[in-house]
Amino acid sequence: MQARAKRNPPTGSWRRKEAVYGYLLASPWILGFIIFTLGPLIFSLYTGFTDYRLSDFTWVGLENYTSLFRDDPLFGKAVYNTVYYAFFAVSLGIILALSIALLLNMPLRGMSIFRTMFYLPRVTPLVAASLLWLYLMSGGALSNLLRALHLPTTNWLASPAWSKPALILMSLWGVGGSAIIFLAALQGVPSQLYEAAEIDGASIVQRFLKITIPMISPTIFFTVIVGIIGALQTFTEPLVMTDGGPIDSTMFYVVYLYKTGFRFLEMGYASAMAWVLFMAILILTLLIFRSSDFWVYYEGRRQTNNR
Amino acid sequence: MKVGHWNANGTDRVFVARSAKGLKRRRAAKLLTGQTLGYIVVIGGALAFTLPFMWMVSTSLKSDQQLIREDFVSLLPNPIVWSNYYDAVFGQIPFPRYFLNSIIITVVPVAANVIMSSLVAFSFARLNWPGRDFWFMLMLSTMMLPQLVTMIPKFILFVKLGWINTYLPFLVQAFFIPGGPVWVFLLRQYYMTLPVELDEAAIVDGAGILSIYWLIILPLSKAALVAVAIFSFESHWGDFMNAILYLRTDELYPLTLGLYYFRTEDAIQWQLLMAATMLLVIPSLALFFFAQRWFVQGIVMTGLKG
Repeated sequence: MQARAKRNPPTGSWRRKEAVYGYLLASPWILGFIIFTLGPLIFSLYTGFTDYRLSDFTWVGLENYTSLFRDDPLFGKAVYNTVYYAFFAVSLGIILALSIALLLNMPLRGMSIFRTMFYLPRVTPLVAASLLWLYLMSGGALSNLLRALHLPTTNWLASPAWSKPALILMSLWGVGGSAIIFLAALQGVPSQLYEAAEIDGASIVQRFLKITIPMISPTIFFTVIVGIIGALQTFTEPLVMTDGGPIDSTMFYVVYLYKTGFRFLEMGYASAMAWVLFMAILILTLLIFRSSDFWVYYEGRRQTNNR
Repeated sequence: MKVGHWNANGTDRVFVARSAKGLKRRRAAKLLTGQTLGYIVVIGGALAFTLPFMWMVSTSLKSDQQLIREDFVSLLPNPIVWSNYYDAVFGQIPFPRYFLNSIIITVVPVAANVIMSSLVAFSFARLNWPGRDFWFMLMLSTMMLPQLVTMIPKFILFVKLGWINTYLPFLVQAFFIPGGPVWVFLLRQYYMTLPVELDEAAIVDGAGILSIYWLIILPLSKAALVAVAIFSFESHWGDFMNAILYLRTDELYPLTLGLYYFRTEDAIQWQLLMAATMLLVIPSLALFFFAQRWFVQGIVMTGLKG
């Protein structure tokens, strides 16, 4: 990041000009940050301590927060649903994406076609994907397919037990993006490593666990973080497909927040919810960053115990 | 499947002194089975991922009677009912209007996003100014910020400004690149790869800062700009959350919102819903096929999925 152009600025006036233009050209983002991010961020912290329903702000102190954790069973349910979904969607998603990347990394002809086929779901707008899966799951196509394969099936979106697995299944359809990122990482692993390991008599499984996984661990790390942040904010799919039901089984955090803030117009309460999620994401991200010392291998930092 | 890969990598290595011919034959046979197996698994997987699309297309062409009769199984519409598309588009729901609205709140923001993020990225990549690294790190850190923390205050702001139920939140915000950090980052990384000597030569020739941007950087970074335009298009064309927050009346709905309310109607006619959904899908897919090269490049460059 620091590696910058080392040029000799011709004159002091040029340097001044650069500073003026520098700020001027960066100002869209700087202003946007202040107006649409920083300001609202501070304002929502304040709103979270008030009772606000689009009329007056009534200061209520910590009441929103205490009632969230003490008196709101739906909040607990939303947290449970969201964590359940995020855990399985991210972990299964990474396993599937890595498997697809390994498939696409085979030296076979016509791979670019298959790569496109795996990636296509990512290009589909989420609302369209949600409607499509709504049709597949509640229109009966998926059940019929499973029945034809002699597999057990259920009325996915109508059952509180199966609605979350259904949404997780749908999320797996979209792992093509991660698969392409993994594919790029796999192709960056130097082939000498595999050749050297083969000479040493390492088996395929050993080579995968001792070479492939450590070498692509920075990519796995990145995918985990982005995946968790995204999954915790899942909104469009449950709103379009189930509207949070049945029996609140797909009432995810952001769906609940949206309904609280915009259908019931309890905006103070919703702001407090937003801050709880913000803090949770922050803490979770920090924890994963901390843990990365133990499992992420960075090429530049060669330690004997890490090899 | 992994077998195929690593066997193929190792084919040219012969470690054991044996009859070279027999070894070659055995290796070739092994490679062939590996390849065949590999193809079977890849094709199977790729078909599984495309099957839902095929179902969407086939359902959009089926007749009402077929849908009832066959429990939605077959991939073949019989007869093929092209008029579903006519009925979906020119039926009771004003999809042409929604389609036009989607275009309006996509095209202008995409243009604004591309222009603005390329300027900001130029400033971060090529100009030296006090505080630049601070702002850049700050920008990177905002990528981690969940968008919904600012959702309610922004809504209140737009209420106070009287912008609810207009396109102003979409059009004005786009100039301040709300989804920008990723795109600015992508462009900055790209600009950094262009040799500084170009700038220096231009300065010697008496070029100003804006001419360096306009005459040197921009023409050399078309690929990165196209990647940003595509990502920006995908995010605006498919935008649902902003639409559902800021828009109230039917005439202003984009396709995403129109489809959402269409599906909540009592009796869903799947074939019409799927035909209407195609309206939303086709532009995205068309753009993808058109610009696939840049798309994949952009994903790999940022490590992000747009």
